[in-house]
Amino acid sequence: MAEVEETMKRIQSQKGVQGMIIVSAEGIPIKTTMDNSSTVQYAGLMHQLVMKARSTVRDIDPQNDLTFLRIRSKKNEIMIAADKDYFLIVIQNPTE
Amino acid sequence: MSSEKQERTRSSMDGESKDHPEDIFPLALTSVTQEMFECRADQEVTGDKPYKLLRKDDIVKDLRVRLAVSDFSPVKQIVLNYPEAELLLVYDRDFTYGHNFYLVITVSAKEKILNPQILAEGDKAEDKSSETLVQRASEPHPWVSLGSEREVGEEAVRDSRHKAKYKISRLRREFGTKVCFSDRNSTAEGKYVECPSYQDKRFCIKMLERDIGAQAVADLKTCFTQTLWKYPKSACTQYEPREYTKEEKANFLNLENLETFVKSATSRFEVAIQQNEIMDVFINDLESLSEEEQEEQDDGDKADTDLRVYTSFIEHFCKEKSISHFNWHPTINGVIAVAVTERLSVEERIENSTKLLLNPSFIVFWSFSDTINPLLLLESPADVSAFEFCPSKPNIIVGGCMNGQLVLWDISGQLERLDGGGGKSTLSNRSDTLGFKDKQENETPVLRYCAVSSIESGHKGPITDVQWLPESFEISRTGIPVENRNGMCVQIVTCAPTCCVMFWDIRAPETTQTSSEKRLKEKIKCVENLHGLLNTFRHLDLSWKPILQVHFPKTDSRTEYSPLKISLRESTWSNPLDRALAGTDRSEIPEYSLIRLPSAKHLKPLEDISTKFYIGTEDGELVYTDWRMEEESDSGCLHSVKTSQSFVVHDSQVNTVQRSPFFTDIILTVGGWTFAVWRESIMIDPVIISPCSQERYTAGHWSLTKPGLLFVGREDGDIEVWDLLEKTHEPSKTWNITTSPITCIKPWIVSGKQHLLAVTDQLGHVQILEIPWICRNPSPNEKLRVSELLEKEVERLIYFERRKEMRSKEKEEREAEKHQKTVEPIMLERQVEQIEEEGQKEYEGYLMFERAILKKMGLLQDTVDI
Repeated sequence: MAEVEETMKRIQSQKGVQGMIIVSAEGIPIKTTMDNSSTVQYAGLMHQLVMKARSTVRDIDPQNDLTFLRIRSKKNEIMIAADKDYFLIVIQNPTE
Repeated sequence: MSSEKQERTRSSMDGESKDHPEDIFPLALTSVTQEMFECRADQEVTGDKPYKLLRKDDIVKDLRVRLAVSDFSPVKQIVLNYPEAELLLVYDRDFTYGHNFYLVITVSAKEKILNPQILAEGDKAEDKSSETLVQRASEPHPWVSLGSEREVGEEAVRDSRHKAKYKISRLRREFGTKVCFSDRNSTAEGKYVECPSYQDKRFCIKMLERDIGAQAVADLKTCFTQTLWKYPKSACTQYEPREYTKEEKANFLNLENLETFVKSATSRFEVAIQQNEIMDVFINDLESLSEEEQEEQDDGDKADTDLRVYTSFIEHFCKEKSISHFNWHPTINGVIAVAVTERLSVEERIENSTKLLLNPSFIVFWSFSDTINPLLLLESPADVSAFEFCPSKPNIIVGGCMNGQLVLWDISGQLERLDGGGGKSTLSNRSDTLGFKDKQENETPVLRYCAVSSIESGHKGPITDVQWLPESFEISRTGIPVENRNGMCVQIVTCAPTCCVMFWDIRAPETTQTSSEKRLKEKIKCVENLHGLLNTFRHLDLSWKPILQVHFPKTDSRTEYSPLKISLRESTWSNPLDRALAGTDRSEIPEYSLIRLPSAKHLKPLEDISTKFYIGTEDGELVYTDWRMEEESDSGCLHSVKTSQSFVVHDSQVNTVQRSPFFTDIILTVGGWTFAVWRESIMIDPVIISPCSQERYTAGHWSLTKPGLLFVGREDGDIEVWDLLEKTHEPSKTWNITTSPITCIKPWIVSGKQHLLAVTDQLGHVQILEIPWICRNPSPNEKLRVSELLEKEVERLIYFERRKEMRSKEKEEREAEKHQKTVEPIMLERQVEQIEEEGQKEYEGYLMFERAILKKMGLLQDTVDI
């Protein structure tokens, strides 16, 4: 548990990071640094997107799997690392 | 006869019903012959194409070869005698002439059979072109009876017997007598014959057979269903996202695979995050550059970079007047209110004071639609030097006069005039109906003031600045800001160079009145309601007193500061957008006459309202002070706080102190020959100070859309545009507007594409100019850049301040050292002398010691002198 905390702090301390969420495979957040409503919203939305992206990758090549997903928008960047059982969402505000 | 005819026709038919007509000869051709002559039945010749031309030579040859066996032997002679080279053989499919073929013997028949159409065509062609061929008239052929006479004879109508003739006449003896006609009933028996209709049995045939069509169709059934909503009930669903409980979360966090996952993911994240930090790969540099270029291109010709004159107002009755202050109407577009004053210096005013009292002074309302006739005139007791519209109710206007009085107007009754845009439109409407122009419509209405403050308790000098306090708070009698329950502006702050700032309240005080007194007052109200005035501020008229007076004693001397302009931190004059937003929230604004002054106990004091404010003074100083009253320790009475900071920056009167619409802690002051930009928390120096210009600056204003732009008006009638981001040593642009000193500048946003700048000068002219694109379009990140620039300047100031301190410290230290050094050399000298003395003494002691020893030893010679 301490390891997880430590790594979370490391990421959170990087410049521009707005928030970080660890989500289970069902899309329910486990641990977060943001407020509850945004956490739940991000977790739900990203879960669907990750499922879609994963199925896309595996459709093309069944031996392949999704590892990392980056969504760049006007205001910030959402990065998602995907695993079999969990995924990790980080929201960052890039340099202005 | 007819029978004879019929016999004849029959005979003619019989005559021709021999075996064959004379010009043909039926032939039976064997298959061998058919093959030879290529006229095989049903192959080369068919029922449709029965004709075949045979060459006479071929037939002759065949005859010679096969002699009697040849099929052509019966017609041998005919063939030999045939004049032409080709004979026509016709295939007789139906054996009409007894054999399967027949040979056409005569040339004419052949021609006839083969070329019937050609002949006809030939005739037609000949008819048309009468050149070559000879017209051949068609010869009449004898009629060939085919049995049609019988039918014709049956149908023809012929008399079968002789026609009978009847003649009916009257009896001779009744000739010429009257005829008696009578009626007879038609139903009487025997007189007439009825022909009733009867059913003809021929037509009641029963159809036992009938043709119908049948089609197999799938079994269809129409049915519908409707939900029964027996009991209407509103229902809603509410859902919650699924969440884990705390224990589950803790469980998860303890799992190993989560740890490994997080560890492995972290490295990727760090790479990505640092990538983003290093550089933003998605920025399109060209795009961000091109935006600025596009602006310049949009301008087109150079004329667009200048102010364009939109309209200017001619004041036909204000020849000798100047304008002291003006305001755009906050809600009605295209209406300006201008305060017109006499153009006189102070001495002249004093001399002509009696005359001035008689001449009324006005605030003139202009509309864009009518540049000659003003919309409305507000009368005031003396020249108005400053006035403001009430932000929560633009019908209320407060003005400060040259004699120190504060005046209130209520223009609610004239709203249609203002909205309609002037008297001109109404004139055009009415002239049709009336036929002659009513004089009253030509003149603009003059509205008298609602209330005026009492002369004794007002200012002693001309009021130079009037401002409404924002509706978020109000002031109690001790200057403490308390909450404002009314939601609208109720208090005014004014200042005059006679050294005080006053706070006024426009509400009536709570007074206990008996019912009779109340009735009396009401009666008086009704009687005195002249000039169509509204009773809004009856309670204040002639008895209005300020609720708070703040003086500004200087810290060093006994004198006081003389304020000219005020700038509050919480001002109503904020971003027009905020104002517009705030306006939409307010739905109901109560009437001013109904509000009463609350007692101070009931209201809650507000902590976060800053009571500090800036004053620009007559001597060119900017004073930052507090309006709260302090209790003096000895006497216990309240007096104003001693001013904390003041800065002399301008060389002459400060004529503008204004907060930036984008930054609440940035203040612009214009006065003398310079202008300065200040930040509220920095008390050292102005953040930016302009270089001294050639002419005095008489007015200034921030731009409403560009954070780094400001307009400054000069004494020679020019307007300078300073862009702080571009250069701060000289103006970006200068425009010449008039020839007399500019008294006031105010920009206004009409729409997204049109920004206007109104400029008034001392000659009484009002000019409306359109701000060009460059001066109204904020460049990207302009607010950020301006704040960075100001931060830089502030840092510079802080740095210099620190250096100053350091220097002063150093100086002190140096002084101390110097002092010490002057003390030390004196000490040294003294020591040296002492040492010498001591040395001398020792030497002398030694000498004596030496003599004593020598004496003792008897070596001392008496001859040696000591």
